[in-house]
Amino acid sequence: MKKSAAVLLGCVLVAGCGSGATDGEAGGKVVVNINGQPPQTQAFDRKVFDEDVAEFEKLNQDIDLVPHEGFMDPKTFSAKLAGGQLEDVFYVYFTDPAALIARRQAADLTSYVKDVPHYGDIKQELKDVFTADGKVYGLPTANYTMGLLYSRTNFTKAGLDPDAPPKTWDEVRAAAKKLKNAGVTGFAEYSKSNQGGWHFTTWMKSVGGDVARKDGDTYKADFNNDKGEEVLRRLKEMRWDDGSMGEKQLLEIGDVQNMMGAGQLGMYLAAPDNVAAIVNQFKGKYDDYGLAAIPGQKGTLLGGEGYMVNPKASPEKIKAGLKWIQWKYLNPDRLEHNLRVYKDRGQPVGLPIPPIADVWTGEPRKKQEELKGEYATMPVKNFQAYVDGSDRTKGSLEPPQAQQVYAILDSVVQATLTNAAADHAALLKDAETKVNAVLAQVK
Amino acid sequence: MRRHVTAYGFLSAALVVFAVFSWYPVVRGVVLSFQQVNFVTSPDWVGWENFERLFADPLFAVAWRNTFYFTVLALVIGFGVPFLTAVVLNELRHAKGYFRLLVYLPVMLPPVVTALLWRWFYDPGPGLFNSVLRGLGLPTSQWLDSSGTSMISLVLVITWANMGAATLIYLAALQTIPGELYEAADLDGAGLVRKVRHVTIPQTKFVIMMLLLLQVVATMQIFTEPFVMTGGGPEESTVTVLLLLYRYAFYYNDFGTASALSLILFAVLSVFSSLYLVITRRADS
Repeated sequence: MKKSAAVLLGCVLVAGCGSGATDGEAGGKVVVNINGQPPQTQAFDRKVFDEDVAEFEKLNQDIDLVPHEGFMDPKTFSAKLAGGQLEDVFYVYFTDPAALIARRQAADLTSYVKDVPHYGDIKQELKDVFTADGKVYGLPTANYTMGLLYSRTNFTKAGLDPDAPPKTWDEVRAAAKKLKNAGVTGFAEYSKSNQGGWHFTTWMKSVGGDVARKDGDTYKADFNNDKGEEVLRRLKEMRWDDGSMGEKQLLEIGDVQNMMGAGQLGMYLAAPDNVAAIVNQFKGKYDDYGLAAIPGQKGTLLGGEGYMVNPKASPEKIKAGLKWIQWKYLNPDRLEHNLRVYKDRGQPVGLPIPPIADVWTGEPRKKQEELKGEYATMPVKNFQAYVDGSDRTKGSLEPPQAQQVYAILDSVVQATLTNAAADHAALLKDAETKVNAVLAQVK
Repeated sequence: MRRHVTAYGFLSAALVVFAVFSWYPVVRGVVLSFQQVNFVTSPDWVGWENFERLFADPLFAVAWRNTFYFTVLALVIGFGVPFLTAVVLNELRHAKGYFRLLVYLPVMLPPVVTALLWRWFYDPGPGLFNSVLRGLGLPTSQWLDSSGTSMISLVLVITWANMGAATLIYLAALQTIPGELYEAADLDGAGLVRKVRHVTIPQTKFVIMMLLLLQVVATMQIFTEPFVMTGGGPEESTVTVLLLLYRYAFYYNDFGTASALSLILFAVLSVFSSLYLVITRRADS
């Protein structure tokens, strides 16, 4: 009974801790707790962040920023909010806002964003992630779409052209076979911790489908069809007919990054930030990796990050917090400065990741593209297929109740990858029933 | 009187700690089961809604079925093995300490380390077990990657990791059995099996019963191994009650439903705990 008591205790401590955001003023200054500060181990990013904090405080003498390491973690979010430990300004992935808004766990910023410079130049589909019923609850600061990350080294080893990555799922299958024959796992796919469902959604979009569609005022599952069958058939062909997905399954992102970093993998679906993560973690080289657009290119999953504000924050804190977010992350006037800092200190510039945030339309976007070409320090051509393809591929958002839907779809992917005789039609039908029950709760 | 004051002083410290960290959470958990909370606004009282949501969740039945299946497997494999090991260890005449240490060693490994170690053992590709099986020309298994073998694979991990403690308890119980009983059995011509059946088991039945109940209570709260090794898969074959509870609380941030599930688990385990109390009291008397 020890463990159930511990879990009960955990729930209760979360519910019973003190409340209230941090104190508002110190010495006449508005004190704003912010997260997103990189850890000490990421020395360069940490230095840039701390320098930016100091510069911002110098420019805004009435604001005292208190930085905290880390990002928003859904597993600890409620505990921090209940215990009064949640930062005033907190980082979120695009997966999070819908649920936080539904649970009223983020501040309403509608009346404040009109004063945020360049707010109108941000892509509308990204602003929509933080908008519900006409009210704004956050600001997007980065955006990416899912693509195909591949090992240029292993492509060469397998006799494949690393400058001509696969564009269709048929080409992915053929390349995976050759990679397998060269002694590495051709293609890897997640199927654990809701990540199988997350990637199944990306697959569905890539073949022109989706996992949920709007049906009047509610949502309905939309994968029990020929598109869903196609996705599972393609996975089955690679896993069982070709044996190009390796033996070990129930993988999650860390496992697959390890495989890629260790040189044991050919391809997997990923966003651009994975390249930097693998290079940094395994002390690799950017030259060894390439990024292509999502195979099929009929659609892809839109991801990204942004910032929201503690629902307990005072209006002064909200104003100061938004000022920081805009100055630090959404500031076309500092684009060139940021790129120069990265270039002068020997950091890679050219990947579609910070300091290049793909959130702009209009003039800021034009300016960013010009500067990116001017300051690029890395083999941009290795990632050009992704950039070109992504421009042509429509990105769309995750389904409502994403985590619950993904949990159900995990099983579908798991069955396909662990059971050669899995009945795809039955799996999709069963999952459809369960997902519809989850989507019926969406208000 | 002063002596009593000191005693009550010591007692009050324990009472306060229990009240804050045990009894209050239990009461608060019961209350939470009937609420929906967002930790910003006042909790909403929702009646039986959290329980209704649980009963409507297809995974609820799956999680209980898996948990009972795991418990049965853990009893069949994990209950008999330590007892037999203890009997064998008790018969040893040489290197007793060495073998006892060997049996107890896995208990000292942190559970997550054990789980990660066994994940590698079970890797269907280059994993230890399949490499050995291939080397012997025997058919390999998918182990954790198949819904047919995933649960039994977890049971083997847990048995290996935990049998040391149970074995030592059995061993201690075995050594309390008077030697003359075995001598009398010998004189009556009893073999090893009959001695175990008619002397060892009756003499250790209270210990066996207590460990059985403790094991039921512990195995029904299985969490770490499926969480680390399978995430509940494949095909939900290793989703246990505690894993489902964790998902509700920390994936979906639905603490009300998580508490409702916790309360149900609490009620089920209370039955076994009551039995345990009855048996220990009977043993004491």
